[in-house]
Amino acid sequence: MTMKAARGAGNNPGEDFRNTSGATVQLRNLSRSFGTVRALAGLTLDLAPGELVALLGPSGCGKTTALRIVAGFETADSGTVEVDGTDVSGVPAAKRDMGMVFQSYSLFPNMSAQENVGFGLRMRKLGAAGRQRRASDLLDMVGLAAQAKQYPHQLSGGQQQRVALARALAIEPRVLLLDEPLSALDAKVRLQLREQIRSLQQRLGTTTLFVTHDQEEALSMADRVGVMQDGRLEQIATPDELYAHPASAFVAEFVGIMNRIPGDMLDLLGGTATATAPGDRAAEPSGGMDALVRPEGLRITASPNGNGIVTSRTFLGQLTRLSVRLSGDVVVQVDQQSTAAAGISPGDAVEVSLANAPVLLAERN
Amino acid sequence: MAALIGDELLEDMAAGPQRPAQPGWRHFPFWRWLILLIVGAYFVIPLVAALRFTGFSSFPSVVHQEGFPAAFELSVRLAAITTVLTLVLMLPSAVYVHLRLPRLRRLMEGITILPIVIPPVVLIVGVLQVAPGYLKSTPYLLALEYVVLAMPFAYRSFDAGLRALDLQTLVEAAQSLGAGWRTTLWRVLLPNLRAAMLSATVLTVALVLGEFTMASLDLYQTFPVWIVAFDQTSGPISVAASLLALFVTWILLLAISMIGGRRSRRGDGADVSLFSVSRRNTGGS
Repeated sequence: MTMKAARGAGNNPGEDFRNTSGATVQLRNLSRSFGTVRALAGLTLDLAPGELVALLGPSGCGKTTALRIVAGFETADSGTVEVDGTDVSGVPAAKRDMGMVFQSYSLFPNMSAQENVGFGLRMRKLGAAGRQRRASDLLDMVGLAAQAKQYPHQLSGGQQQRVALARALAIEPRVLLLDEPLSALDAKVRLQLREQIRSLQQRLGTTTLFVTHDQEEALSMADRVGVMQDGRLEQIATPDELYAHPASAFVAEFVGIMNRIPGDMLDLLGGTATATAPGDRAAEPSGGMDALVRPEGLRITASPNGNGIVTSRTFLGQLTRLSVRLSGDVVVQVDQQSTAAAGISPGDAVEVSLANAPVLLAERN
Repeated sequence: MAALIGDELLEDMAAGPQRPAQPGWRHFPFWRWLILLIVGAYFVIPLVAALRFTGFSSFPSVVHQEGFPAAFELSVRLAAITTVLTLVLMLPSAVYVHLRLPRLRRLMEGITILPIVIPPVVLIVGVLQVAPGYLKSTPYLLALEYVVLAMPFAYRSFDAGLRALDLQTLVEAAQSLGAGWRTTLWRVLLPNLRAAMLSATVLTVALVLGEFTMASLDLYQTFPVWIVAFDQTSGPISVAASLLALFVTWILLLAISMIGGRRSRRGDGADVSLFSVSRRNTGGS
């Protein structure tokens, strides 16, 4: 590994760390079982150089196992991990040149922030002066220059995670692995760090695999999001593609909020929506099918003889989310402009109808 | 105690002014004073009696008694060998069990408690049956026996220290940064287990300096054996030697608490008491 960034520090933090060409990463048919539990069932995934791919899914879907196999902490039962076309499956974690940020901050308690950042450089035999300079630059880059001498227990959670990020980036990793790095932080810090991670990743061009169960994080940070279920990749696509054109009912319901309305109720909701199956296949609504409709795919108007009763309302700023109970005890969420929803209160009768947009059909659960 | 309430206690301490003040001595109920007094008397009266019996003038003459230097030197040598062997054998074992075989932790706890359950006489008879002849003529046999005897205390110290660390993540973090096993152990784990090592060391030393049964049955004249033997000729000197051993042990225990506390404040992430190490409250988000 080259230490190009260690040579000569610029005036601006991070100036020397630009244009790190990211590596390609290919996961080929990865499978892994723990006893009778199958964590990965033939996962295949390609990451382009400099791309940030998020693996999203519920607990136990195999996303962390996939990340740990890429990092070298787990061994796949079958399949390979290739970095820049070279199979690294048999390479120990210490020799993979991959930076990792963990959910629990993972800073070494006996080392100061600067020593933590310099640890990977020390392992690469970089001299003390170079180490110190580079660690200082990276701490500056994550906004913690003033905390360089502080020990982990003297830092807040957000600060610790920024040190961990600087430490992972200090070694100029070929691949950056993020294992739910924001989960332990409060909402405000999470938002700040989210933006900081994304901006650094884009500036450095490091290929990044990011594991999270938080769809907002995944959709806002990633170039592409892979949704996993039962050890398989259900769909991988850009965030807007994933939201607008989910490949399966699971993806449709996991990403964003989705209403599930029995197919035979579609006529009651009127509208001129066209029905498609997940993956944009044409479909016919029937009694055994449910329609999947996003809250913004429904319209609502106050009507004394309407088809539903408002049960609750949640003010979200520009939008207000209304819960409406339809006949058959079907409850749907409807997003309405707050100005238009101002006059609607819980207990009001309303008319819910389909907006003029495609409706996804899925097998009834 | 601290292991059980460690984090809560630290949080409480950190909370400081937000919490109601601890009751002062004026609010200390009478019955608590009474219990404290009875327990205190139980421990202090024999010591005071021993001190009165032996007198302060006996202490300087202890070191000049026949057999004392050799016995003391043997005990110190045994303590050093036992401590090194205990650290070298038990620490990597404890780390390995925590890291790779966490399911065996309970089994290890059970196994390591055995030397307390099995009487030393039984141990020594068994060892003498199987020990090779060349070992029987050296004090190293006794040191090996002491390693077994120290196991419950040493393992618990390491166990408490390891529980206070997020071991798996620290090891993986070090490896992802390019550290091999030796470097991870040397630069990451050992510095964070220093308090636990210190605790294990002091307990082992205290045990070796006070052990009588095994040494006596093995026919070695260690410091405790010498005290008993000397008791036949001079009671006051023997009692002075016992008290001296007690004070030395106390000073060691005090030292560990102070050093452990100081290291903890410097930032090694754990607070240590004699039998437990608790994780320091890390920063919030």
